[in-house]
Amino acid sequence: MALTTEQPLTIDKPRSSGRPAARRSNFELYSWLFMRLSGLLLVVLVLGHLLIMNILDDGVHRINFGFVAGRWASPFWQLWDLAMLWLAEIHGTNGLRTVINDYARKDATRFWLKMLLYTSMVLILAVGTFVIFTFDPNIGD
Amino acid sequence: MTASTTSPTDQTTSGSRGTTPPVPEGAVAVTVKIRRFNPEVDPEPYWQSFEVPALPTDRVLNLLHYVKWYLDGTLTFRRSCAHGICGSDAMKINGVNRLACKVLMKDLFAGDGKQTTVTIEPIKGLPVHKDLLVDMEPFFEAFRAVKPYLIAYGNEPTRERLQSQADRARFDDTTKCILCACCTTSCPVYWTEGSYFGPAAIVNAHRFIFDSRDEGAEERLDILNDVDGVWRCRTTFNCTDACPRGIQVTKAIQEVKRALLFRRT
Repeated sequence: MALTTEQPLTIDKPRSSGRPAARRSNFELYSWLFMRLSGLLLVVLVLGHLLIMNILDDGVHRINFGFVAGRWASPFWQLWDLAMLWLAEIHGTNGLRTVINDYARKDATRFWLKMLLYTSMVLILAVGTFVIFTFDPNIGD
Repeated sequence: MTASTTSPTDQTTSGSRGTTPPVPEGAVAVTVKIRRFNPEVDPEPYWQSFEVPALPTDRVLNLLHYVKWYLDGTLTFRRSCAHGICGSDAMKINGVNRLACKVLMKDLFAGDGKQTTVTIEPIKGLPVHKDLLVDMEPFFEAFRAVKPYLIAYGNEPTRERLQSQADRARFDDTTKCILCACCTTSCPVYWTEGSYFGPAAIVNAHRFIFDSRDEGAEERLDILNDVDGVWRCRTTFNCTDACPRGIQVTKAIQEVKRALLFRRT
């Protein structure tokens, strides 16, 4: 035997790849699609919100407890604010998720940053939704 | 690693091809500023400048040859065909990814008689071995992972796999890829996350996904549908700007996204 090697020769099979197999999940597709659709809706919702709050009539100067109470007496504005809250919060969370995916160097860092992000999202969504549905205009009485 | 301790010929030059040739008529002295790194000596990469005579018809590759042959033989870079086909000499020239053999000096000269400086760096996002030489393996790993070869099932036909001109035209643009890595190493997503397949791998997947003779489109679309696939693309168009073959890289990526969105549910 002319050929001697200290360790057995190991050569990867041609066309082999160190990557895990694709997960056959459409999650990334739906999150990409959600960003586009929610973005379009938010343009209308947020610009409408800014117009009502800051420009029409007296703008910010007429905003007080009574003004908010008056708007939230109508289910339409409740729904408007609820949609804005959910879409903006999930849109922002998904954006930050991609940023974390890109920039976190270690898997553990990535995992915990995302856990922090999702916790904050759930808290804000829960508190915001709770306020919109349980708002009591007679709270001072 | 100084040249002064070696043979007498090194007293006149430390290049690899002997003495400096005569400066041709019409040549202008330009500064070539190169990002140098020798892992055996240097703790960090550093900039080194050379004065090189350049003709308007010279390519940046000629200037690198001049440095290597007549000024500093330790300068390390890849080049093979030197005519924009092999894709070996991708580097960052004046801040953008280009093939050194395709950039003409007449396009780089500073106007008004000012001193011209050409900065040359290795392409970004791949580990630097030495000077302008990078480890291309992560790039080729992503290329292999999208199965860039014909996949066909069933019995082999007894003659060629025929295809209409329109079917061939469908993926014509992406057949032009020479795997130089200009696009992938211009991608900000690839810089920060090397597990992203990158534009070049997606271009080569596109070449087979839209080939009417190929039957592996579903496999490749599944691969590119995952977290490291096409949805990571932020459409910055750096890849399209960088491609020395003029491939509409971002468009190809968008076409794969569209195939994922509408062809399958």
